[in-house]
Amino acid sequence: MKKILEKEHRTLLTGAEAAAHTMRQLRPEVVPVYPITPQTPIIETFAQFVADGFVDTEIINVESEHSAMSAAVGASCGGARVLTATSSQGLALMLEICYIASAMRCPIGMAVGSRALSGPINIHCDHSDSMMARDAGWVQIFCENAQEAYDLSIVGQKLAEDQRVLLPVMTIQDGFTITHSAEPVALLPDEAVTEFVGEYRALYPLLDTEHPTTQGPFALPDYYFELKRQQVDAMENVYAVWGELQEEFAKLSGRRYRGLFEAYKLDDAEYIYIVLGATAGTAKVAIDRLRRQRKRVGLLKPWLFRPFPTEEIAQALQGCKAVAILDRALSLGSWGPLYSEISAALNTVSARPLLYNYIYGLGGRDIRPDQLMSVLKDLEGESDANVQRFIGLRE
Amino acid sequence: MLKRYQELPLGGVVVGGATLQLVKTGSWRSGEKPFYDEKRCIHCLLCWVHCPEATILIEDGQMRGFDYEHCKGCGLCAEHCPTDAIQMLSEMAPSPCP
Repeated sequence: MKKILEKEHRTLLTGAEAAAHTMRQLRPEVVPVYPITPQTPIIETFAQFVADGFVDTEIINVESEHSAMSAAVGASCGGARVLTATSSQGLALMLEICYIASAMRCPIGMAVGSRALSGPINIHCDHSDSMMARDAGWVQIFCENAQEAYDLSIVGQKLAEDQRVLLPVMTIQDGFTITHSAEPVALLPDEAVTEFVGEYRALYPLLDTEHPTTQGPFALPDYYFELKRQQVDAMENVYAVWGELQEEFAKLSGRRYRGLFEAYKLDDAEYIYIVLGATAGTAKVAIDRLRRQRKRVGLLKPWLFRPFPTEEIAQALQGCKAVAILDRALSLGSWGPLYSEISAALNTVSARPLLYNYIYGLGGRDIRPDQLMSVLKDLEGESDANVQRFIGLRE
Repeated sequence: MLKRYQELPLGGVVVGGATLQLVKTGSWRSGEKPFYDEKRCIHCLLCWVHCPEATILIEDGQMRGFDYEHCKGCGLCAEHCPTDAIQMLSEMAPSPCP
């Protein structure tokens, strides 16, 4: 097998290419995949790596995402390390099998290039696809940039395959904003990633004919509930395993993802913004500008959305004056999905801050630092809390 | 005794082979079950090949009947029988093949 990276290498990559490098370095046995914008460059780049002999993977060109996830479950039960990638309608078509993948404890790794769900049909970024899948039993990791997409999908795969977890993991990067934008990315040497992640050993590989098993059996009212409860345990274990793996990864890479969310200028913050994914980068610019105006503002960027870092976020928000929760998805008929999580998390807190819900960026609508900065006026008391507002909407 | 969630293999995997024996799937039958006519049977064992629950009883390579405790009544054996030795008949009917 040809190697292309013997030492650490800093280069210009799109988020999609960074995700493809992770896939190459994780050396999956099987990748069943179906192309869809804006995920396509992930699998295109990876397919090129396979064709050029950089990695020995069986790519299965399936006829739909439903088949992609079905093949992924089958191969994973067989004992293979399985990766795939998708976006939007593709994730929607997979969703039925996504629930089965997690219930059968298949540690499948999936790169998601987040894109608005139809309708109306649209190819640009929002989080409606990932949020649709939030209850499917997958670990969900949101990435701000290409470097995070690379790093966190490496850590994510080791997390998925940890015997205390054994859950599928989706690593989500914003469609186009990250998948198609080039930025400097530090790649680890191939050998280092291979060693860090190790070899995947399935608990009950279906192809082990010496130890026969039945997988995915019918579970009636006498057992279904218990098997779902096992998934609850697995999710709860993610917090601790994430911490351990990030320590290990920091030693390897020098990049430290401390805690379950990034705390940006939070220590003395009176007003806190919460946002997922690429918009965190825009929010940091807004925070820096507001800080120059002596405003005590900070940003909380969850890396994990499932499991949700409930306790840690409640602690971080305790005692601040107001929180702007920015949702790039709707849960029609209710609050934004992130708002609901934060609101529930604060139930245990006595000094509960005021909460403001902002919906932004649907269908790829641009979001600028000045728009985020102007939100602060609401938080400072100009507008009522507990109202859903829309940023950048003509109304 | 039903197991607690901590005692179950992860993902509901059933560990070990031949676990079919533990579940009396014959109770799933509704209406019809297979009967076979010894005189027409050529012991090709296609019924044995197609039966999803391994309920075709074989002795010395010869078809000898059905394990009705496990036969779900799917009718695949009758469908595949090349000599029509196997027929699906009402549960209530007296055996036509004494």
